[in-house]
Amino acid sequence: MDTALLYDRLQFSVTATFHYLFPQLTMGLPLLLLYLRSRDLLSDSDHFHEAAQFWTGIFALSFAFGVVTGIPLEFQFGTNWAAFSNYAGGVIGQMLAMEGVFAFFLESSFLGVLAFGTTRFSRRTLWLTTLLLFVGAWLSGYFILATNAWMQHPVAYQAGPDGRVTVGSLSDLLTNPWLVWQFAHNMTASVVTASFVMAAVGALYQLAGIYPAHARTYVRTGVVAGALASVLVITPAGHESARQVFEFQPVKGAAFEGLFRSERGADLVLIGQPNMETMTIDNPVVVPSALSLFLYYDLYAHVKGLDAFPPHEWPEQIALLYFAYHIMVGLGTWLVLVMGVALLWLWRGKLFAARWLLWLLLLSAPFPSLATTAGWIAAEVGRQPWLVYGLFHTAEGLSPLAQSGDALFSLLGFLGLYLCLGLLFVLLFVELIRHGPAGAMPAAVQAGR
Amino acid sequence: MLDGYDFGVGILSPLVTINETERSMVRATIGHVWPGNEVWLIAGSALLFLAFPKAYAAVFSGFYLALIIVLWLLIGRGLAFELRGHVAHGLWRGFWDAIFTGSSLLLAFSVGLFAGNVSRGVPLNEEAYFFLPLWTDLQPGARPGLLDWFTILTGVTMVVLLALHGATYLAMQTVGPLQTRCRTVAKSLTVPAAIFLSALYMAWPIVQPAVQEHDYMNSARYAWSWASAATLALLYRFHLRDRMVAAFACSSLLVASLLVTIVWGTYPNLLTATDPANSVTITGAAAEPNGLRAALWWVPPGLALVVVYQVLIHRMFAGPVTPETLYLYGHEARSAHGATNADESRRASRHRPQ
Repeated sequence: MDTALLYDRLQFSVTATFHYLFPQLTMGLPLLLLYLRSRDLLSDSDHFHEAAQFWTGIFALSFAFGVVTGIPLEFQFGTNWAAFSNYAGGVIGQMLAMEGVFAFFLESSFLGVLAFGTTRFSRRTLWLTTLLLFVGAWLSGYFILATNAWMQHPVAYQAGPDGRVTVGSLSDLLTNPWLVWQFAHNMTASVVTASFVMAAVGALYQLAGIYPAHARTYVRTGVVAGALASVLVITPAGHESARQVFEFQPVKGAAFEGLFRSERGADLVLIGQPNMETMTIDNPVVVPSALSLFLYYDLYAHVKGLDAFPPHEWPEQIALLYFAYHIMVGLGTWLVLVMGVALLWLWRGKLFAARWLLWLLLLSAPFPSLATTAGWIAAEVGRQPWLVYGLFHTAEGLSPLAQSGDALFSLLGFLGLYLCLGLLFVLLFVELIRHGPAGAMPAAVQAGR
Repeated sequence: MLDGYDFGVGILSPLVTINETERSMVRATIGHVWPGNEVWLIAGSALLFLAFPKAYAAVFSGFYLALIIVLWLLIGRGLAFELRGHVAHGLWRGFWDAIFTGSSLLLAFSVGLFAGNVSRGVPLNEEAYFFLPLWTDLQPGARPGLLDWFTILTGVTMVVLLALHGATYLAMQTVGPLQTRCRTVAKSLTVPAAIFLSALYMAWPIVQPAVQEHDYMNSARYAWSWASAATLALLYRFHLRDRMVAAFACSSLLVASLLVTIVWGTYPNLLTATDPANSVTITGAAAEPNGLRAALWWVPPGLALVVVYQVLIHRMFAGPVTPETLYLYGHEARSAHGATNADESRRASRHRPQ
């Protein structure tokens, strides 16, 4: 690969991957925050108000990192991918501008109110503000995903005389069939991430024996929302997304599943390493015929493997795709197990005494983010060599005059800066958790020790 | 222009404040508006992308090095704003104050730099792309860099204007000794503003002769120079008379008229090339009419909606910031965790009928 192309692609993947660690939290959290604020409206005590304030603080911290790491993504369309912007600006410019105007404004304006105005507004105003924050966050996700859905499955465009594309129908663009399941899958995944973080903070407090009332609220909220969302993210959303990949991008689907040869009654590979020499899976653990069953609800259905396509149509990184997809699915299954058991224990009233389960909740907190990242790697690396699937190659999209040295300069700068940013976020996140909800007393203080 | 005053506030904050309370007051004046203002920047570039994809591609890739540095500055500035209150320690706050002031200063300079480059012209090739190194020989000749004497002049002019704009905003939003100091700074900045604007007026035709070729450009330039002089004089007078809203309107007008004149001066080009044959005209750069028609359906109502709730938020936070009202901006609650006077007052007001 040409070095400029390599650096530009690395830079976009580094900046996008790092960025998305934050939005998945800030899209999932408003839903949980809305629940806390609703309980606050209905209750007489300060408990839910304090809880909502505490999580608004965590939301605001994540949002700040999400905003500052999001701006580079939008700029990079122009700086690094000018030829692509010129080609597809008529379509994706539309989506990105909609995101800015309808969603991002809403979200950041009302976060300003929540962060700077909690002492002067009534509970009802705060509830309404949280609702608008939630709407803004999910609309934002919708427009960004609409952009991505178009790159995965271009619809509703017209090619102009100079070869550039423009919007054919805005409504068809916003109801791209690809988008429906992608949105459901992605947004429920963000709820899973937020639920696990909330449950983990509660579990930590419970294990440490501090803020007992808050510990229980967070664990309860996180586990109920997390159990529900971690099931929904797999079925129907994840399941339908996978079927959609096999329908619209069958060669990518074959790479996901490690299916080298077309088969009737294809096996589902659980574990194993793809061997690109022999075109087989080494050390396989498989469920016979399960892939056919999952995809077409028929044990003997025919599934196209990689061999059904000429090698130049294959995605570039078969092994990476296979692992990214399997890590996502594996972690997703683990998350359902953890949340399922926790929900059962919660229902039986034993969760808060089950230290092993609280430890499990605490230690599983990073897994949703890892699963989401792996899922996005699968989706985006699997799109290569296309930038717009079937229409426009990634290699054609570069800015024509920027040199590889310029791209390396900015790539290294982003790497260094984001290393500092990551450390800073962890530091401040831990600091917020350590301080705990304002106004609430640690148990030790309450007991007068 | 909206983001302008908060750049100015950032530049000035170490100059006009003498203690932590005042620094918090300065933060509080822009705290609730800056995220929204920052979004204008993003939405603005997205709308440029939507309306003129070709120009967006050319400008963003051509200013590659400068824009990447601007991105890093925006990251630093955003974090300085959000993170300063997280740790209640002088070293932490001092660090972020320095980042905030430094990045505000360099960003204000960059705005002027881009305006200067656009009005001077950039070395577009036949395919309407260019790539500017950060500097070459600091001359605006055939092989220009991002920095030359003219663009440095526009950069410094922008820093002065935005500092003036920020000082006026601060004087409008605060009270007491802090307000007096901001007003003194604003009044004394009118002199360098006048000097730099005159220098700019004279230097512009030297680097871009085209601005003298057409009558409509010349008259625009004359109109701008007189309007700027009058606005500056009025601004000074309103500061003396303590009519702060009018003064703020003047400083807004001053910044806006400079930017409008620069855009007007490049018309009918969207992007003027050093070789006139390669200039990108507005019609040549526009997106396909289909896409623009689609955008017409949603851009005006969308922006109207934004304006409505931004005005609403401005009104929710209306009124000057004083040491006594500082807690209303959540400053104590964010900086020192645990029970603070902000929480106390919240709890006290909690069971009042709502």
